[in-house]
Amino acid sequence: MSDVNQESTERLDEQARLEICVRILEEEVSKQAVEHAEINPLSLSMPTLIISKQHWYRCAEVLKNHEQLNLTYLRSMAGADLETHMEVIYHVTCIERNTDYCFKVKTDRDTPSVPSVTSIWPAANWNEREIYDLLGIQFPGHPNLKRIMMPDDWEGHPLRKDYEPLDPEV
Amino acid sequence: MARTEELLLNVGPQHPSTHGVFRLIVKLDGEVITHAEPVMGYLHRGTEKLAEELTYTQIIPYTDRMDYVSAMTNNYILCHAVETMMGIEVPERAEYLRVIAMELQRIASHLVWWGTYLLDIGAMSPFLYAFREREMIINLFNELCGARLTYFYMRVGGVKWDAPEGWLDKVRNFIPYMREKLEEYDQLVSGNEIFLSRVKGIGKYDAETAIAYGLSGANLRCTGVKRDLRKDQPYSIYDRFTFDVPVREEGDCYARYLIRMEEMRQSLNILEQALEQMPDDGDIMAKIPRVIRPPEGEAYVGIESPRGEIGCYLISRNKPQPYRLKFRRPSFFNLQILPELLKGESMTNLIAILGGIDIVVGEVDC
Repeated sequence: MSDVNQESTERLDEQARLEICVRILEEEVSKQAVEHAEINPLSLSMPTLIISKQHWYRCAEVLKNHEQLNLTYLRSMAGADLETHMEVIYHVTCIERNTDYCFKVKTDRDTPSVPSVTSIWPAANWNEREIYDLLGIQFPGHPNLKRIMMPDDWEGHPLRKDYEPLDPEV
Repeated sequence: MARTEELLLNVGPQHPSTHGVFRLIVKLDGEVITHAEPVMGYLHRGTEKLAEELTYTQIIPYTDRMDYVSAMTNNYILCHAVETMMGIEVPERAEYLRVIAMELQRIASHLVWWGTYLLDIGAMSPFLYAFREREMIINLFNELCGARLTYFYMRVGGVKWDAPEGWLDKVRNFIPYMREKLEEYDQLVSGNEIFLSRVKGIGKYDAETAIAYGLSGANLRCTGVKRDLRKDQPYSIYDRFTFDVPVREEGDCYARYLIRMEEMRQSLNILEQALEQMPDDGDIMAKIPRVIRPPEGEAYVGIESPRGEIGCYLISRNKPQPYRLKFRRPSFFNLQILPELLKGESMTNLIAILGGIDIVVGEVDC
Protein backbone atom coordinates (compact mmCIF):
# COMPACT_ATOMS: atom_id res chain seq x y z
CA MET A 1 0.00 0.00 0.00
CA SER A 2 2.86 2.36 0.77
CA ASP A 3 4.17 2.40 -2.79
CA VAL A 4 0.79 3.71 -3.94
CA ASN A 5 1.28 6.86 -1.96
CA GLN A 6 4.72 8.03 -2.97
CA GLU A 7 4.57 11.17 -5.02
CA SER A 8 8.18 11.33 -6.20
CA THR A 9 7.77 8.66 -8.86
CA GLU A 10 4.27 9.60 -9.84
CA ARG A 11 4.42 8.35 -13.41
CA LEU A 12 5.55 4.92 -12.32
CA ASP A 13 2.99 4.86 -9.57
CA GLU A 14 0.14 5.15 -11.98
CA GLN A 15 1.44 2.24 -14.03
CA ALA A 16 1.83 0.23 -10.85
CA ARG A 17 -1.64 1.18 -9.67
CA LEU A 18 -3.09 0.15 -12.99
CA GLU A 19 -1.39 -3.24 -12.83
CA ILE A 20 -2.52 -3.83 -9.25
CA CYS A 21 -6.08 -3.01 -10.19
CA VAL A 22 -6.05 -5.35 -13.21
CA ARG A 23 -4.56 -8.13 -11.12
CA ILE A 24 -7.16 -7.78 -8.38
CA LEU A 25 -10.06 -7.78 -10.83
CA GLU A 26 -8.70 -10.82 -12.66
CA GLU A 27 -8.18 -12.70 -9.42
CA GLU A 28 -11.40 -11.75 -7.70
CA VAL A 29 -13.82 -11.63 -10.61
CA SER A 30 -12.73 -13.28 -13.82
CA LYS A 31 -9.85 -13.50 -16.28
CA GLN A 32 -12.14 -11.92 -18.87
CA ALA A 33 -13.28 -9.01 -16.69
CA VAL A 34 -10.75 -6.47 -17.97
CA GLU A 35 -10.95 -5.97 -21.72
CA HIS A 36 -8.32 -3.29 -21.94
CA ALA A 37 -6.14 -1.29 -19.57
CA GLU A 38 -4.00 1.76 -20.22
CA ILE A 39 -2.73 5.03 -18.82
CA ASN A 40 -4.51 7.99 -20.39
CA PRO A 41 -1.79 10.62 -20.91
CA LEU A 42 -4.29 13.32 -21.88
CA SER A 43 -6.23 13.01 -18.63
CA LEU A 44 -3.44 13.71 -16.10
CA SER A 45 -2.18 10.10 -16.50
CA MET A 46 -5.40 8.54 -15.34
CA PRO A 47 -5.36 4.72 -15.12
CA THR A 48 -8.19 3.73 -17.44
CA LEU A 49 -9.77 0.28 -17.65
CA ILE A 50 -12.41 -1.08 -19.96
CA ILE A 51 -14.51 -3.64 -18.13
CA SER A 52 -16.67 -6.26 -19.79
CA LYS A 53 -20.35 -5.57 -19.28
CA GLN A 54 -21.28 -8.95 -17.86
CA HIS A 55 -18.68 -8.66 -15.11
CA TRP A 56 -19.21 -4.98 -14.33
CA TYR A 57 -21.47 -5.32 -11.29
CA ARG A 58 -19.19 -7.81 -9.59
CA CYS A 59 -16.14 -5.68 -10.48
CA ALA A 60 -17.77 -2.60 -8.96
CA GLU A 61 -18.33 -4.51 -5.71
CA VAL A 62 -14.68 -5.53 -5.63
CA LEU A 63 -13.48 -2.02 -6.45
CA LYS A 64 -15.40 -0.58 -3.56
CA ASN A 65 -14.65 -3.24 -0.95
CA HIS A 66 -11.16 -4.52 -1.75
CA GLU A 67 -8.81 -3.15 0.87
CA GLN A 68 -6.09 -2.36 -1.64
CA LEU A 69 -8.46 -0.24 -3.73
CA ASN A 70 -11.22 1.16 -1.49
CA LEU A 71 -12.80 3.08 -4.34
CA THR A 72 -15.72 4.35 -2.30
CA TYR A 73 -16.21 7.75 -3.91
CA LEU A 74 -17.94 7.96 -7.28
CA ARG A 75 -16.49 11.17 -8.60
CA SER A 76 -18.19 11.47 -11.92
CA MET A 77 -20.28 9.43 -14.29
CA ALA A 78 -20.90 10.06 -17.96
CA GLY A 79 -22.48 8.36 -20.92
CA ALA A 80 -21.40 8.75 -24.51
CA ASP A 81 -22.69 7.71 -27.90
CA LEU A 82 -19.63 6.83 -29.97
CA GLU A 83 -21.65 5.85 -33.06
CA THR A 84 -20.14 2.35 -33.22
CA HIS A 85 -21.20 1.60 -29.65
CA MET A 86 -22.16 3.33 -26.43
CA GLU A 87 -20.14 3.77 -23.31
CA VAL A 88 -20.71 4.55 -19.68
CA ILE A 89 -17.68 6.16 -18.06
CA TYR A 90 -17.08 6.09 -14.31
CA HIS A 91 -14.46 8.10 -12.45
CA VAL A 92 -13.94 6.57 -9.05
CA THR A 93 -11.71 7.72 -6.20
CA CYS A 94 -10.23 6.39 -3.01
CA ILE A 95 -10.53 9.33 -0.63
CA GLU A 96 -7.91 8.16 1.89
CA ARG A 97 -5.18 7.60 -0.71
CA ASN A 98 -6.35 10.29 -3.12
CA THR A 99 -6.12 7.94 -6.09
CA ASP A 100 -8.35 8.10 -9.17
CA TYR A 101 -9.36 5.51 -11.71
CA CYS A 102 -11.47 5.63 -14.82
CA PHE A 103 -13.65 2.66 -15.77
CA LYS A 104 -15.56 2.26 -18.98
CA VAL A 105 -18.27 -0.20 -19.86
CA LYS A 106 -19.23 -0.67 -23.49
CA THR A 107 -22.67 -1.57 -24.69
CA ASP A 108 -24.28 -1.95 -28.08
CA ARG A 109 -26.31 0.82 -29.65
CA ASP A 110 -29.60 -0.92 -30.46
CA THR A 111 -30.52 -2.07 -26.97
CA PRO A 112 -28.02 -0.28 -24.77
CA SER A 113 -27.94 -1.48 -21.18
CA VAL A 114 -25.39 -1.55 -18.38
CA PRO A 115 -25.96 -3.07 -14.92
CA SER A 116 -26.92 -0.46 -12.34
CA VAL A 117 -24.40 0.24 -9.58
CA THR A 118 -26.73 2.37 -7.46
CA SER A 119 -26.74 -0.29 -4.74
CA ILE A 120 -22.93 -0.03 -4.55
CA TRP A 121 -22.47 3.74 -4.99
CA PRO A 122 -25.70 5.59 -4.08
CA ALA A 123 -24.28 8.59 -5.95
CA ALA A 124 -24.92 6.69 -9.20
CA ASN A 125 -28.68 6.93 -8.73
CA TRP A 126 -29.43 10.27 -10.38
CA ASN A 127 -26.49 9.95 -12.75
CA GLU A 128 -27.93 6.74 -14.18
CA ARG A 129 -31.29 8.43 -14.53
CA GLU A 130 -29.64 11.31 -16.37
CA ILE A 131 -27.77 8.99 -18.72
CA TYR A 132 -30.94 7.03 -19.36
CA ASP A 133 -32.81 10.26 -20.03
CA LEU A 134 -30.28 11.80 -22.40
CA LEU A 135 -28.82 8.70 -24.06
CA GLY A 136 -31.40 5.96 -23.60
CA ILE A 137 -29.08 3.52 -21.87
CA GLN A 138 -31.00 1.11 -19.62
CA PHE A 139 -29.70 0.31 -16.15
CA PRO A 140 -31.21 -3.00 -14.98
CA GLY A 141 -31.35 -3.06 -11.19
CA HIS A 142 -31.97 0.67 -10.80
CA PRO A 143 -34.70 1.39 -8.21
CA ASN A 144 -36.44 4.19 -10.11
CA LEU A 145 -35.23 4.59 -13.67
CA LYS A 146 -37.23 7.43 -15.18
CA ARG A 147 -36.49 10.71 -16.88
CA ILE A 148 -34.88 13.38 -14.74
CA MET A 149 -34.13 16.35 -17.00
CA MET A 150 -36.53 16.11 -19.93
CA PRO A 151 -40.34 16.07 -19.54
CA ASP A 152 -41.78 12.61 -18.87
CA ASP A 153 -43.51 12.45 -22.25
CA TRP A 154 -40.47 13.46 -24.28
CA GLU A 155 -39.68 11.34 -27.31
CA GLY A 156 -36.14 10.24 -27.98
CA HIS A 157 -32.88 10.79 -26.16
CA PRO A 158 -31.24 14.10 -27.11
CA LEU A 159 -27.57 13.24 -26.66
CA ARG A 160 -27.70 10.29 -29.06
CA LYS A 161 -25.95 11.10 -32.28
CA ASP A 162 -28.94 9.88 -34.32
CA TYR A 163 -31.40 12.09 -32.41
CA GLU A 164 -33.74 14.09 -34.57
CA PRO A 165 -35.32 17.10 -32.93
CA LEU A 166 -39.10 17.27 -33.22
CA ASP A 167 -38.95 20.78 -34.61
CA PRO A 168 -35.43 21.76 -35.73
CA GLU A 169 -36.48 25.40 -36.08
CA VAL A 170 -37.06 25.84 -32.37
CA MET B 1 -55.18 8.90 20.43
CA ALA B 2 -55.01 11.49 17.70
CA ARG B 3 -55.41 10.10 14.23
CA THR B 4 -53.48 11.80 11.46
CA GLU B 5 -53.87 11.48 7.76
CA GLU B 6 -51.06 11.51 5.25
CA LEU B 7 -50.81 14.82 3.48
CA LEU B 8 -49.19 15.37 0.13
CA LEU B 9 -47.53 18.75 -0.14
CA ASN B 10 -45.94 20.39 -3.12
CA VAL B 11 -42.98 22.63 -2.34
CA GLY B 12 -42.15 24.56 -5.48
CA PRO B 13 -41.46 24.68 -8.41
CA GLN B 14 -41.81 28.34 -7.49
CA HIS B 15 -40.91 28.65 -3.87
CA PRO B 16 -38.55 31.23 -2.39
CA SER B 17 -36.57 28.76 -0.32
CA THR B 18 -35.65 26.53 -3.24
CA HIS B 19 -33.49 29.27 -4.79
CA GLY B 20 -34.58 28.50 -8.30
CA VAL B 21 -37.10 26.41 -10.11
CA PHE B 22 -37.01 23.22 -8.13
CA ARG B 23 -39.86 21.11 -6.86
CA LEU B 24 -40.11 18.85 -3.86
CA ILE B 25 -43.04 16.50 -3.32
CA VAL B 26 -43.34 15.89 0.40
CA LYS B 27 -45.51 13.35 2.20
CA LEU B 28 -46.39 14.51 5.69
CA ASP B 29 -47.64 12.74 8.75
CA GLY B 30 -48.73 15.68 10.84
CA GLU B 31 -45.62 17.85 10.91
CA VAL B 32 -43.23 15.01 10.16
CA ILE B 33 -41.93 14.25 6.70
CA THR B 34 -42.27 10.58 5.79
CA HIS B 35 -41.15 10.80 2.19
CA ALA B 36 -39.64 13.43 -0.04
CA GLU B 37 -39.13 13.31 -3.78
CA PRO B 38 -37.18 16.01 -5.61
CA VAL B 39 -38.35 16.82 -9.12
CA MET B 40 -36.00 18.77 -11.33
CA GLY B 41 -35.37 19.60 -14.93
CA TYR B 42 -37.32 22.87 -15.01
CA LEU B 43 -34.12 24.72 -15.79
CA HIS B 44 -32.65 22.15 -18.17
CA ARG B 45 -31.29 23.97 -21.19
CA GLY B 46 -29.35 21.14 -22.75
CA THR B 47 -25.96 22.78 -22.34
CA GLU B 48 -24.16 19.54 -23.15
CA LYS B 49 -26.18 19.05 -26.32
CA LEU B 50 -25.73 22.65 -27.46
CA ALA B 51 -22.00 22.40 -26.82
CA GLU B 52 -21.62 19.68 -29.44
CA GLU B 53 -22.30 22.23 -32.17
CA LEU B 54 -20.19 25.06 -30.78
CA THR B 55 -16.50 25.86 -30.74
CA TYR B 56 -14.77 25.85 -27.37
CA THR B 57 -14.70 29.61 -27.03
CA GLN B 58 -18.39 29.74 -27.85
CA ILE B 59 -19.18 27.28 -25.06
CA ILE B 60 -17.61 29.42 -22.32
CA PRO B 61 -20.60 31.80 -22.03
CA TYR B 62 -22.86 28.77 -21.59
CA THR B 63 -20.83 27.71 -18.58
CA ASP B 64 -21.51 31.16 -17.07
CA ARG B 65 -25.15 30.21 -16.99
CA MET B 66 -24.77 26.86 -15.27
CA ASP B 67 -23.79 27.96 -11.80
CA TYR B 68 -24.68 31.61 -12.21
CA VAL B 69 -23.62 32.44 -8.66
CA SER B 70 -20.09 31.28 -9.38
CA ALA B 71 -19.48 31.82 -13.07
CA MET B 72 -15.71 32.32 -12.80
CA THR B 73 -15.00 28.77 -11.63
CA ASN B 74 -17.25 27.46 -14.40
CA ASN B 75 -15.31 29.42 -17.00
CA TYR B 76 -12.17 27.98 -15.59
CA ILE B 77 -13.18 24.33 -15.62
CA LEU B 78 -13.83 24.30 -19.37
CA CYS B 79 -10.61 26.19 -20.19
CA HIS B 80 -8.73 23.91 -17.82
CA ALA B 81 -10.04 20.78 -19.52
CA VAL B 82 -9.05 22.00 -22.99
CA GLU B 83 -5.67 23.25 -21.76
CA THR B 84 -4.98 19.91 -20.07
CA MET B 85 -5.69 18.02 -23.28
CA MET B 86 -3.69 20.36 -25.49
CA GLY B 87 -0.85 20.80 -23.01
CA ILE B 88 -1.10 24.59 -23.11
CA GLU B 89 0.98 26.49 -20.62
CA VAL B 90 -0.87 29.53 -19.35
CA PRO B 91 1.20 32.71 -18.76
CA GLU B 92 2.02 33.52 -15.17
CA ARG B 93 0.09 36.78 -14.99
CA ALA B 94 -3.01 35.17 -16.46
CA GLU B 95 -2.89 32.43 -13.82
CA TYR B 96 -2.76 35.03 -11.05
CA LEU B 97 -5.64 36.97 -12.56
CA ARG B 98 -7.61 33.73 -12.74
CA VAL B 99 -6.90 32.84 -9.13
CA ILE B 100 -7.83 36.34 -7.94
CA ALA B 101 -11.06 36.17 -9.93
CA MET B 102 -11.91 32.69 -8.64
CA GLU B 103 -11.22 33.49 -5.00
CA LEU B 104 -13.22 36.73 -5.16
CA GLN B 105 -15.95 34.63 -6.72
CA ARG B 106 -15.79 32.13 -3.88
CA ILE B 107 -16.36 34.92 -1.38
CA ALA B 108 -19.19 36.40 -3.46
CA SER B 109 -20.81 32.99 -3.78
CA HIS B 110 -20.55 32.25 -0.06
CA LEU B 111 -22.00 35.69 0.68
CA VAL B 112 -25.05 34.91 -1.44
CA TRP B 113 -25.39 31.64 0.41
CA TRP B 114 -24.94 33.27 3.81
CA GLY B 115 -27.48 35.99 3.14
CA THR B 116 -30.16 33.80 1.61
CA TYR B 117 -29.70 30.98 4.09
CA LEU B 118 -30.38 33.29 7.00
CA LEU B 119 -33.25 34.83 5.10
CA ASP B 120 -34.67 31.33 4.68
CA ILE B 121 -34.64 30.66 8.37
CA GLY B 122 -36.07 34.01 9.30
CA ALA B 123 -33.28 36.56 9.76
CA MET B 124 -33.85 39.51 7.48
CA SER B 125 -30.97 41.89 8.00
CA PRO B 126 -27.94 39.65 7.26
CA PHE B 127 -29.13 39.44 3.68
CA LEU B 128 -28.71 43.19 3.30
CA TYR B 129 -25.21 43.13 4.75
CA ALA B 130 -24.16 40.20 2.59
CA PHE B 131 -25.38 41.81 -0.58
CA ARG B 132 -23.73 45.09 0.31
CA GLU B 133 -20.34 43.38 0.40
CA ARG B 134 -21.12 41.18 -2.58
CA GLU B 135 -21.96 44.28 -4.58
CA MET B 136 -18.39 45.48 -4.10
CA ILE B 137 -17.05 42.25 -5.57
CA ILE B 138 -19.53 42.41 -8.43
CA ASN B 139 -18.36 45.96 -9.15
CA LEU B 140 -14.78 44.76 -9.20
CA PHE B 141 -15.74 42.10 -11.74
CA ASN B 142 -17.63 44.68 -13.73
CA GLU B 143 -14.48 46.75 -14.01
CA LEU B 144 -12.45 43.70 -14.89
CA CYS B 145 -14.59 42.24 -17.66
CA GLY B 146 -17.66 44.41 -18.14
CA ALA B 147 -20.23 42.03 -16.70
CA ARG B 148 -21.78 41.61 -13.30
CA LEU B 149 -22.81 37.96 -13.36
CA THR B 150 -22.05 36.21 -16.62
CA TYR B 151 -18.43 37.15 -17.05
CA PHE B 152 -17.07 35.25 -20.07
CA TYR B 153 -13.72 36.35 -18.70
CA MET B 154 -11.47 33.35 -19.21
CA ARG B 155 -10.33 31.96 -22.52
CA VAL B 156 -8.49 28.83 -23.47
CA GLY B 157 -4.89 29.86 -22.83
CA GLY B 158 -5.45 32.80 -20.51
CA VAL B 159 -7.88 35.60 -19.78
CA LYS B 160 -9.52 38.15 -22.05
CA TRP B 161 -8.64 41.35 -20.22
CA ASP B 162 -5.75 42.49 -18.12
CA ALA B 163 -6.61 44.20 -14.84
CA PRO B 164 -7.43 47.88 -15.48
CA GLU B 165 -5.31 50.54 -13.84
CA GLY B 166 -5.76 50.67 -10.08
CA TRP B 167 -7.92 47.55 -10.04
CA LEU B 168 -5.43 45.44 -8.11
CA ASP B 169 -5.23 48.15 -5.45
CA LYS B 170 -8.98 48.06 -5.11
CA VAL B 171 -8.80 44.32 -4.49
CA ARG B 172 -5.98 44.94 -2.01
CA ASN B 173 -8.14 47.43 -0.11
CA PHE B 174 -11.09 45.10 -0.15
CA ILE B 175 -9.26 42.42 1.86
CA PRO B 176 -9.00 44.20 5.25
CA TYR B 177 -12.48 45.63 4.77
CA MET B 178 -13.94 42.15 4.24
CA ARG B 179 -12.03 40.72 7.19
CA GLU B 180 -13.63 43.30 9.42
CA LYS B 181 -17.07 42.56 8.01
CA LEU B 182 -16.65 38.82 8.56
CA GLU B 183 -15.93 39.65 12.18
CA GLU B 184 -19.19 41.61 12.25
CA TYR B 185 -21.11 38.74 10.67
CA ASP B 186 -19.85 36.41 13.35
CA GLN B 187 -20.93 38.76 16.10
CA LEU B 188 -24.29 39.26 14.48
CA VAL B 189 -25.20 35.66 13.69
CA SER B 190 -22.75 32.88 14.48
CA GLY B 191 -23.44 32.73 18.22
CA ASN B 192 -27.08 33.77 18.10
CA GLU B 193 -29.14 31.38 20.17
CA ILE B 194 -32.18 31.38 17.90
CA PHE B 195 -29.96 30.66 14.94
CA LEU B 196 -28.14 27.88 16.79
CA SER B 197 -31.37 26.15 17.71
CA ARG B 198 -32.34 26.12 14.04
CA VAL B 199 -29.09 24.63 12.72
CA LYS B 200 -27.27 22.71 15.46
CA GLY B 201 -27.72 18.97 15.09
CA ILE B 202 -30.01 19.46 12.09
CA GLY B 203 -29.44 17.56 8.86
CA LYS B 204 -26.78 15.35 10.33
CA TYR B 205 -24.91 12.64 8.45
CA ASP B 206 -21.59 10.84 8.82
CA ALA B 207 -18.52 10.63 6.60
CA GLU B 208 -19.43 7.24 5.19
CA THR B 209 -22.79 8.50 3.96
CA ALA B 210 -21.26 11.66 2.55
CA ILE B 211 -18.70 9.66 0.56
CA ALA B 212 -21.29 7.15 -0.65
CA TYR B 213 -23.42 9.98 -2.03
CA GLY B 214 -20.43 11.61 -3.69
CA LEU B 215 -20.80 14.86 -1.77
CA SER B 216 -18.10 17.46 -2.10
CA GLY B 217 -17.18 20.89 -0.81
CA ALA B 218 -18.41 21.98 2.61
CA ASN B 219 -21.00 19.18 2.49
CA LEU B 220 -18.18 16.64 2.61
CA ARG B 221 -15.76 18.54 4.83
CA CYS B 222 -18.39 18.97 7.56
CA THR B 223 -18.03 15.23 8.30
CA GLY B 224 -14.30 15.32 8.97
CA VAL B 225 -13.15 14.34 5.48
CA LYS B 226 -10.39 16.71 4.46
CA ARG B 227 -10.73 16.86 0.70
CA ASP B 228 -10.18 20.08 -1.16
CA LEU B 229 -8.99 19.78 -4.74
CA ARG B 230 -6.99 22.98 -4.39
CA LYS B 231 -4.78 21.01 -1.99
CA ASP B 232 -5.26 17.40 -3.02
CA GLN B 233 -4.91 17.77 -6.77
CA PRO B 234 -3.51 21.28 -7.16
CA TYR B 235 -4.46 22.97 -10.41
CA SER B 236 -3.50 26.38 -11.74
CA ILE B 237 -1.01 27.84 -9.22
CA TYR B 238 -2.72 26.85 -5.98
CA ASP B 239 0.37 24.99 -4.79
CA ARG B 240 2.08 28.38 -4.29
CA PHE B 241 -0.23 29.57 -1.53
CA THR B 242 -0.48 28.63 2.10
CA PHE B 243 -4.02 28.30 3.35
CA ASP B 244 -6.03 26.02 5.59
CA VAL B 245 -8.83 23.71 4.61
CA PRO B 246 -11.46 24.09 7.33
CA VAL B 247 -12.86 20.75 8.48
CA ARG B 248 -15.45 19.94 11.14
CA GLU B 249 -16.63 16.66 12.59
CA GLU B 250 -20.27 17.30 13.47
CA GLY B 251 -21.82 16.82 10.03
CA ASP B 252 -24.77 19.11 10.72
CA CYS B 253 -25.98 22.38 9.19
CA TYR B 254 -24.02 24.40 11.75
CA ALA B 255 -20.76 22.68 10.78
CA ARG B 256 -21.40 23.51 7.14
CA TYR B 257 -22.12 27.10 8.14
CA LEU B 258 -18.88 27.46 10.08
CA ILE B 259 -16.84 25.90 7.30
CA ARG B 260 -18.15 28.35 4.71
CA MET B 261 -17.48 31.29 7.02
CA GLU B 262 -13.91 30.12 7.50
CA GLU B 263 -13.48 29.47 3.78
CA MET B 264 -14.13 33.14 3.10
CA ARG B 265 -11.28 34.06 5.43
CA GLN B 266 -8.99 31.56 3.74
CA SER B 267 -9.90 32.98 0.34
CA LEU B 268 -8.87 36.40 1.60
CA ASN B 269 -5.52 34.90 2.63
CA ILE B 270 -5.06 33.47 -0.85
CA LEU B 271 -5.97 36.82 -2.41
CA GLU B 272 -3.42 38.58 -0.28
CA GLN B 273 -0.64 36.19 -1.31
CA ALA B 274 -1.68 36.27 -4.96
CA LEU B 275 -1.53 40.06 -5.07
CA GLU B 276 1.89 39.98 -3.49
CA GLN B 277 3.38 37.33 -5.79
CA MET B 278 1.80 38.55 -9.00
CA PRO B 279 4.26 39.69 -11.69
CA ASP B 280 3.92 43.36 -12.62
CA ASP B 281 3.44 42.72 -16.29
CA GLY B 282 3.51 39.95 -18.81
CA ASP B 283 1.28 38.17 -21.27
CA ILE B 284 -2.26 37.33 -20.38
CA MET B 285 -2.78 34.92 -23.27
CA ALA B 286 -0.70 31.93 -24.30
CA LYS B 287 0.15 31.38 -27.93
CA ILE B 288 -2.65 29.15 -29.07
CA PRO B 289 -3.73 28.08 -32.54
CA ARG B 290 -6.46 30.13 -34.17
CA VAL B 291 -8.75 27.11 -34.23
CA ILE B 292 -8.72 25.23 -30.96
CA ARG B 293 -8.62 21.52 -31.65
CA PRO B 294 -7.75 19.27 -28.72
CA PRO B 295 -6.09 16.01 -29.81
CA GLU B 296 -8.21 12.92 -30.28
CA GLY B 297 -8.92 11.36 -26.92
CA GLU B 298 -10.57 12.24 -23.68
CA ALA B 299 -9.89 13.82 -20.33
CA TYR B 300 -11.53 14.39 -16.98
CA VAL B 301 -10.49 17.27 -14.74
CA GLY B 302 -12.03 18.51 -11.53
CA ILE B 303 -11.58 21.72 -9.56
CA GLU B 304 -12.91 23.08 -6.28
CA SER B 305 -15.83 25.41 -6.89
CA PRO B 306 -17.56 27.14 -3.94
CA ARG B 307 -20.09 24.31 -3.92
CA GLY B 308 -17.69 21.41 -4.28
CA GLU B 309 -16.04 19.56 -7.09
CA ILE B 310 -16.98 20.80 -10.52
CA GLY B 311 -15.62 18.54 -13.20
CA CYS B 312 -15.48 18.38 -16.95
CA TYR B 313 -15.29 15.22 -19.00
CA LEU B 314 -14.37 15.92 -22.58
CA ILE B 315 -14.20 13.58 -25.57
CA SER B 316 -12.45 15.16 -28.53
CA ARG B 317 -12.19 13.93 -32.10
CA ASN B 318 -9.66 16.59 -33.06
CA LYS B 319 -12.45 18.86 -34.32
CA PRO B 320 -13.16 22.47 -33.38
CA GLN B 321 -16.30 21.28 -31.58
CA PRO B 322 -16.28 18.75 -28.73
CA TYR B 323 -17.58 15.28 -29.55
CA ARG B 324 -19.05 14.94 -26.09
CA LEU B 325 -18.86 17.33 -23.19
CA LYS B 326 -20.08 16.38 -19.76
CA PHE B 327 -20.08 18.50 -16.65
CA ARG B 328 -19.94 17.03 -13.19
CA ARG B 329 -21.98 19.59 -11.27
CA PRO B 330 -21.48 19.64 -7.50
CA SER B 331 -25.07 20.73 -6.77
CA PHE B 332 -26.43 17.74 -8.70
CA PHE B 333 -24.44 15.35 -6.53
CA ASN B 334 -24.98 17.23 -3.28
CA LEU B 335 -28.72 17.40 -3.71
CA GLN B 336 -29.08 13.63 -3.99
CA ILE B 337 -28.78 13.13 -0.26
CA LEU B 338 -31.77 15.40 0.44
CA PRO B 339 -34.58 12.76 0.51
CA GLU B 340 -32.45 10.74 2.90
CA LEU B 341 -31.93 13.72 5.22
CA LEU B 342 -35.56 14.77 5.23
CA LYS B 343 -36.99 11.43 6.37
CA GLY B 344 -38.40 11.88 9.86
CA GLU B 345 -37.63 15.59 10.00
CA SER B 346 -40.22 18.23 10.72
CA MET B 347 -41.47 20.51 7.98
CA THR B 348 -39.69 23.56 9.41
CA ASN B 349 -36.34 21.81 9.18
CA LEU B 350 -36.84 21.20 5.48
CA ILE B 351 -35.89 24.80 4.73
CA ALA B 352 -32.86 24.74 7.01
CA ILE B 353 -31.57 21.49 5.52
CA LEU B 354 -32.17 22.39 1.88
CA GLY B 355 -30.55 25.79 2.38
CA GLY B 356 -27.60 24.22 4.17
CA ILE B 357 -26.70 22.11 1.15
CA ASP B 358 -26.23 25.28 -0.92
CA ILE B 359 -27.54 24.33 -4.35
CA VAL B 360 -27.83 26.39 -7.48
CA VAL B 361 -30.59 25.01 -9.65
CA GLY B 362 -29.04 26.26 -12.88
CA GLU B 363 -26.26 23.83 -12.15
CA VAL B 364 -28.45 20.94 -11.01
CA ASP B 365 -30.36 21.02 -14.27
CA CYS B 366 -27.52 22.23 -16.49
